Amino acid sequence: MLEAILLTISLDDFIWIIVGLFAMFTCLSIVVLSLTWLERKVLGRLQLRLGPTRTGPMGLMQPIADALKLILKEDIVPASSEKALFWVAPVIVVISAFMIWVTIPGTQTAVIQNLDLGLFYIIAFSVIGILGLVLAGWGSANKYGTLGGLRAAAQLISYEIPIIMVAISVAMLAQSLDLREIVDGQNDYIYVFVQPLGLVLFFIAGLAEVGRTPFDIYFAESEIVGGPFVEYSGAHWSVFFLAEYINTFAIAALMVILFLGGWSGPVLSGNWEIIWFLGKVYVVIMVIFWVRGTFPRLRIDQLMAFAWKVMVPMSFLSVVMTAVYQFYDWPAWSLTAMSSAGLAVVGLLIFKKMTAPSKLVAEVKARREALEAQRRPAASGGGD
Amino acid sequence: MTPDTFSVELFTQNWTAVALSAVVAAMAIGGMFAASRMLSARRHSEEKLTTYECGIPPSPYTWSNINVRFYIFAILFLIFDVEAVFLFPWAVIFMQEKINEANTLPFYAMMMFLGVLAFAIIYAWKKGVLEWQK
Repeated sequence: MLEAILLTISLDDFIWIIVGLFAMFTCLSIVVLSLTWLERKVLGRLQLRLGPTRTGPMGLMQPIADALKLILKEDIVPASSEKALFWVAPVIVVISAFMIWVTIPGTQTAVIQNLDLGLFYIIAFSVIGILGLVLAGWGSANKYGTLGGLRAAAQLISYEIPIIMVAISVAMLAQSLDLREIVDGQNDYIYVFVQPLGLVLFFIAGLAEVGRTPFDIYFAESEIVGGPFVEYSGAHWSVFFLAEYINTFAIAALMVILFLGGWSGPVLSGNWEIIWFLGKVYVVIMVIFWVRGTFPRLRIDQLMAFAWKVMVPMSFLSVVMTAVYQFYDWPAWSLTAMSSAGLAVVGLLIFKKMTAPSKLVAEVKARREALEAQRRPAASGGGD
Repeated sequence: MTPDTFSVELFTQNWTAVALSAVVAAMAIGGMFAASRMLSARRHSEEKLTTYECGIPPSPYTWSNINVRFYIFAILFLIFDVEAVFLFPWAVIFMQEKINEANTLPFYAMMMFLGVLAFAIIYAWKKGVLEWQK
């Protein structure tokens, strides 16, 4: 039976798929190297530093130096760890990160294998990485590691729901789960104009999914010293971060495909459109780095509350409003209006959460200063 | 995918690529591990192989009991994940049903289903499940 099915694929196709996959892996590795350099540079500039400068022009060779260092570093497997789990965990994380790239298209034809169920497949496989993190935490037999693994499970499954819901509302707009058809569906207007709420929810949940600051609770260095990665070093450690950057790039690419029109843009045509695609993806990545440079880390109870009390209801709402808009054939601006209203609510909640504590601090400080100012002239007056 | 476009060839090609991607990624990572193993220094000592615990000797129980506060979230997640499995096919079919068959049942049925789920999350909220348990 299996042979009969396998015979239907020609040897040429088979070889081309393998060549394409190796090419994809190489490209992704280069992208990851570029991202580590870019992140250090951008974060440096945001903090009024220069970032790497010594290795090559503008520090461009820094990622290569890092990679070499990590390969050459001693790989320590703690004596008390569960060896098999410890070994297999990073492999699971990076394989699931790589597998979703099989079906992410760069242009209409630049895709290894387009799947009819592309969006569904991506969401299904992006969850497998969680398993790797939990195994890493458990396998390293470290208290911080176990704690980090459990935190990873809690955080990632909570933020998975908004991602699924937003993906469904985009699938409804395009009436397809095929990523190429979703991009084609944005010929008239890109979906961010009708679903701004979806874009913002997807961005926030995406940050949480890849564990970027402000959602890096599960490996927070200053709390649980690296969480699941605490016992890892050398090649194993680098594999986790390879996966993290591949995932960041995937989330940015998905945002571009689902909301920002993918590779469509003026001037270029054919496979050159990939320049538009990469340009948009790097813009999104820059925003992600900018967020990292701006926001402090959330506390875990705030994180979970935000997921279940803001993100989940709002993403539900986005599904319902998209369904109603489509079913009753309302004009496009009505969905824009509904979605913007939802976005305003999210914005208000974040604004209140972020500003209320600082306002309180400022109030207390002002009151104390006023009190002291009142006391001082009185005290000096008493002395006279 | 509509049933009439289904073919064994297409199916095989699609999922062969997916299966091969796992193999290719495993090979690439295996190569990296092998390179690291050949090139890196390996001087292990007993001290170096102890579990990290802020520099002090680790306490005997490396897998200590940890208060799992997340299991209710996990149950909630399960509900919503199963619901997502129903939503995905519905999302791409309900408009076709309406236009081609004048069948409005899928839309109303799913709205009712979502209503039940909304009730579920409100109930969980009121029960205090979403609060951080002390």
